[in-house]
Amino acid sequence: MNILSILDEIEKVDGEIYERINPRRKAMQDFFQIGKKISLAAMPLALGSLFTKAYGQATPTAVNEVLNFALTLEYLEYHFYNHALVATPTLVPAGAPNGAITTIRNHEKAHVDLLKGALGSAARTELVYDNFDFTAGGTFGAVYSDYVTFLKVATAFEDTGVRAYKGQAPVLKGNAVLTTALQIHSVEARHASHLRQMLAANGATGLKPWISLGAGGVSNDTGIAAVDPVYARENTTLQAGIEITAINGTGVTRTAAAESFDEFLTKAEVVTIANLFLKPGFRL
Amino acid sequence: MENLKENHETSPKETDILDARLQRRAFLQYAGAGAAVVALVAAGCKKDRSPSMSFGATLDFKDDFGVLNYAYALEQLEAAFYIKVASNPPSSFTTAQKNYFQDVQFHEIAHREFFKNVLGTAAIGSLDVDFSSINFSDGASVLAAAKTFEDLGVAAYNGAGVRLKTDAYLVAAGQIVSVEARHAAWVRDQISNGSFADLTTLTSLGANAAGGLDGALTPDKVLAAASVYIKTKINVINL
Repeated sequence: MNILSILDEIEKVDGEIYERINPRRKAMQDFFQIGKKISLAAMPLALGSLFTKAYGQATPTAVNEVLNFALTLEYLEYHFYNHALVATPTLVPAGAPNGAITTIRNHEKAHVDLLKGALGSAARTELVYDNFDFTAGGTFGAVYSDYVTFLKVATAFEDTGVRAYKGQAPVLKGNAVLTTALQIHSVEARHASHLRQMLAANGATGLKPWISLGAGGVSNDTGIAAVDPVYARENTTLQAGIEITAINGTGVTRTAAAESFDEFLTKAEVVTIANLFLKPGFRL
Repeated sequence: MENLKENHETSPKETDILDARLQRRAFLQYAGAGAAVVALVAAGCKKDRSPSMSFGATLDFKDDFGVLNYAYALEQLEAAFYIKVASNPPSSFTTAQKNYFQDVQFHEIAHREFFKNVLGTAAIGSLDVDFSSINFSDGASVLAAAKTFEDLGVAAYNGAGVRLKTDAYLVAAGQIVSVEARHAAWVRDQISNGSFADLTTLTSLGANAAGGLDGALTPDKVLAAASVYIKTKINVINL
């Protein structure tokens, strides 16, 4: 991405773009200096913040959009677990497994209620179980009859949730809502960690609580090809322009480098994933 | 300040990004008194000081560098703990536990070095740690300490995120905190399977179980909780 050429293009229609961004051009300097340090993947985010400086602060509308986006994902997760517990009570084995899924279901319900409450009249239309297709058009046809398939989809949902919140954080920057979003985000990460252990105990031998480097260095460490989009770029080892593998002469391997940072998903990437599980008419 | 810059030997990597800010920072600290003496002395003898900063470390929260140094301090603490465990794990640990403590060790080293490089010349020195309250030959003691570090780390990042003004740093912090949360969940499950997200036990760290919310603490509270493990005096300003 050539940011200079983008700014040049804007200058043609808005001759004062540089002045708008910052009269003293300090912001431009800051931006290019930071630009040297951040990864290419994060560029669109940084660019967005530059334009926010030029054309006004992020509005409450943008914040509400993020919260409604999060609410959609929380509905998806809540109904997924709730249906398993209520409609297919023998799917998840009694004892620790059922206890864990119940804990996770309850958290997702709490997140739904919290986000609905925060949004008030701005909250999106409620989503009910019938609005979803958790088989994803048949890809996971056994999701409610085969425990392992259920765990695979659950793991993909939680890892998606972790990555989705992360991607939206810059929109909430400096806003008290960000703290709440981060508090939800880390709970989703705890869920993901536990579900990965449950999946590891049910056939996915060696699957770690943290997202590792996939076989042969691919980004998806689950070995489930259907969820490749959930793990896009998770094999990244370059963070904010800094190579993490063997950083400063340490013994950090490429695998450890990939594990030590979760990556974010863009909103568009998350929408694509979520829409696989939403029926027509309810898609984002 | 120009003289200070010229006298201050820096590598090419250190000069380009952080230097201008550092000078302004040093000047403000000088002008602002308080920790100024410590800061200037520390800056002046950077090249020949011992790895341990006997002068203490100052976290100045007036800008993102303060937050990043705060994260750097916590990652130093975590890395030191896991290096000690991984080098000589308790005999009660299973092979899987030994392997995952190795993994976590390298994650924390990666985080520590990442912040060190992001901060460049603005980085605080190495902290002296105090792990005398942990029995490293006892599996339960090690797991309990790991749980404390991870849950506290999650609450620290969650509480500090709102202070960050730079998108790239906010995203990086978000990329790290979820890995810490994954650690926390796994360690908790080693102690008691199913306790991975028992938010009712995290209310002292700012968790809200009814809202499904994890911990979130301000830096002063986190540093107070961590102080038992840190010998180096940490000064906090502009919080």
